[in-house]
Amino acid sequence: MGEDGESPKINHSFLRDYVTEADVISTVEFNQTGDLLATGDKGGRVVIFQRETESKGESEELGESGEYNVYSTFQSHEPDFDYLKSLEIEEKINKIRWLPQQNAAHFLLSTNDKTIKLWKVSERDKRPEGYNLKDEEGRIKDISTVTSLRVPVLKPTDLMVEVRPRRIFANGHTYHVNSISVNSDGETYLSADDLRVNMWHLDITDRSFNIVDIKPANMEDLTEVITAAEFHPQHCHLFVYSSSKGTLRLCDMRESALCDKHSKIFEEPEDPGNRSFFSEIISSVSDVKFSHSGRYLLTRDYLTVKVWDLNMEKGPVETYQVHEYLRSKLCSLYENDCIFDKFECVWNSTDSVIMTGAYNSFFRMFDRETGRGVTLEAWRESSKPRAVLRTRRVYTGGRRRRGDVGVDSLDFTKKILHMAWHPAENIIAIAATNNLYIFQDRVNAENL
Amino acid sequence: MFSKGTKRKFSDGDEEISDESLVGARVASSYSLQRQSLLDMSLIKLQLCHMLVEPNLCRSVLIANTVRQIQEEMTHDGSWHMVAEAFCSAGQSPSERLVATEVLCRSREQDAEPKLFSVISYEGCREEEVVADETLCSVSVSDTVSNVCLAGRIGQCWEKSELSGVERDEEALEDSRLGSGEDEEIDTKDRASTESPKTIGQVFGTFEIKNGSPGPDSALEELFSDVDTSYYDLDTMLTGMQSAPKMGPYDILDSLAPSHSSPSIVSTPNCRSDLNELDHIMEIIVGS
Repeated sequence: MGEDGESPKINHSFLRDYVTEADVISTVEFNQTGDLLATGDKGGRVVIFQRETESKGESEELGESGEYNVYSTFQSHEPDFDYLKSLEIEEKINKIRWLPQQNAAHFLLSTNDKTIKLWKVSERDKRPEGYNLKDEEGRIKDISTVTSLRVPVLKPTDLMVEVRPRRIFANGHTYHVNSISVNSDGETYLSADDLRVNMWHLDITDRSFNIVDIKPANMEDLTEVITAAEFHPQHCHLFVYSSSKGTLRLCDMRESALCDKHSKIFEEPEDPGNRSFFSEIISSVSDVKFSHSGRYLLTRDYLTVKVWDLNMEKGPVETYQVHEYLRSKLCSLYENDCIFDKFECVWNSTDSVIMTGAYNSFFRMFDRETGRGVTLEAWRESSKPRAVLRTRRVYTGGRRRRGDVGVDSLDFTKKILHMAWHPAENIIAIAATNNLYIFQDRVNAENL
Repeated sequence: MFSKGTKRKFSDGDEEISDESLVGARVASSYSLQRQSLLDMSLIKLQLCHMLVEPNLCRSVLIANTVRQIQEEMTHDGSWHMVAEAFCSAGQSPSERLVATEVLCRSREQDAEPKLFSVISYEGCREEEVVADETLCSVSVSDTVSNVCLAGRIGQCWEKSELSGVERDEEALEDSRLGSGEDEEIDTKDRASTESPKTIGQVFGTFEIKNGSPGPDSALEELFSDVDTSYYDLDTMLTGMQSAPKMGPYDILDSLAPSHSSPSIVSTPNCRSDLNELDHIMEIIVGS
């Protein structure tokens, strides 16, 4: 019902787009069950979406899968000012990470450039009624009017979502925080800035351990910065961090307190044929993600996504070209600073598909089993709600098909930098500037 | 587009074979021009970094590495001129000129080439100005700044004198005085950014009081060993010091004690006065 008569081969469909008009979205993250989706924006706000539970009995009925609606909105970070350096501190939310759920409340970490905050998101749907000393509006009663005692009773009330800051982890970073990652031990997390990685305990805000420090004694010698860091999903002693030179370093915290010396370093030797002045810039890793299995690493540099096997350091096991047609345009992209754009990359729930963003509102998905990639578009004008997404193509030569986009007509202001994949199902959230798109894969073979 | 070794196809049939060398020179000069414009662009980007309130360190590092890479290549090509050794004003003494140098990582040629130091830019450089070599030498003498950096520049001067006719780009052809082995006239008509871009060193904290360099004065180091120098490092420099918000690049340098010459590897007396200056600024801010 409600299905357009599209080709059954293309099985991606467009559920709904949620427009957050206010600001540019800077991070997107599902929680561990996928029921909650958090977005952070440049204005320091966090918006949490909740998936509606399927109320109908026949959950396979088309169009009845849970949709995401706004659950809560709060201001996470405010603009700040560093008086010592006469610097503004942006309130933009760089990363959000959910903690594994332990009780009825949900916890998430959000960070801007300097400060990490732990937020508690809880629901309240009952309130006590029948106080002895206060009346219904909360005013103190006149004692003389109290003739009998009663026990206050909890009565159901409209659902209220409360968000409160529980911890503020401040003053841990001199440079800009680019990553946070919750440890599998459930007690600690790491935060990484350009030159250092710190480890925090979730309950302790006035102290953190510095576990990586690559700041040189003489800043003139600085040639490499940390670009991303993540804990291993199962081993609480392992973490990885990526650098602007395209290297990945796996560190084992059991080896030493300060993990400046890596356990493993993953580096691909440079291709001499492709060498240019921009080689280093485009090799800079903008995002690194462990696979759910913990066996592989996914990295994104400017032109490619790469899959690395933790057991093999000498090079990636898979390389996918995201937009190789930009290689001849690197100088212009350097001029307009696009070459410094930091794209994220994500795994699907089974580690069989990887996804990353590109320009012109395009994003790319690669099927690891077949090695094939597909280009999709997150752009409202070309999709109707509940329509099936059609694949797009950038024309790079050969036979030109209708709908192909030329390289010179790509819009470099429409970049898909941030995205998330549902931990269990094929639902993806794509941030396109100030719009959030949620796409769902509909396997509609049996249901038609 | 700027891949190394890219050559255009030469399809003009009128050219004689004897003009091949000229063709080669043209192609090479076109590559040099492109490379130079990339260098200019990078230096401007670095300068803009200074003006931003919150510069992105990753971007700065990547741009700086690109500049270094170009410099290395230009140095090995022999086309690296002393960039913009002009004075802000004629009356300024050499010691007032702010000189920032930067150490290139490593010389590719294994032989006894002197350690290469590059002078990327000077404050207030002007076009069309030619500086006699002895000025450089006098700077090195009068400065108490580490001899290492300036000696390197001198070394490059002398090295320049041995390169004869290597340069192929247009300016080199015009300036045939290079390679004379005499006092070299440094051609500052270089196309490098004329707007006094910041040097790599300045970007990353040439003003760093941190004594990271082989400190000439260990006593001084002991004295300040427990001082938290994190205030004085990269971010402070990138953001234009504490004394005034959002200063332009000139202001940054002006706000330091004018007696300072080279901020890069700060010598003892300079270091002390720098610290006094910063203490003074800190007092004003803290209001103590």
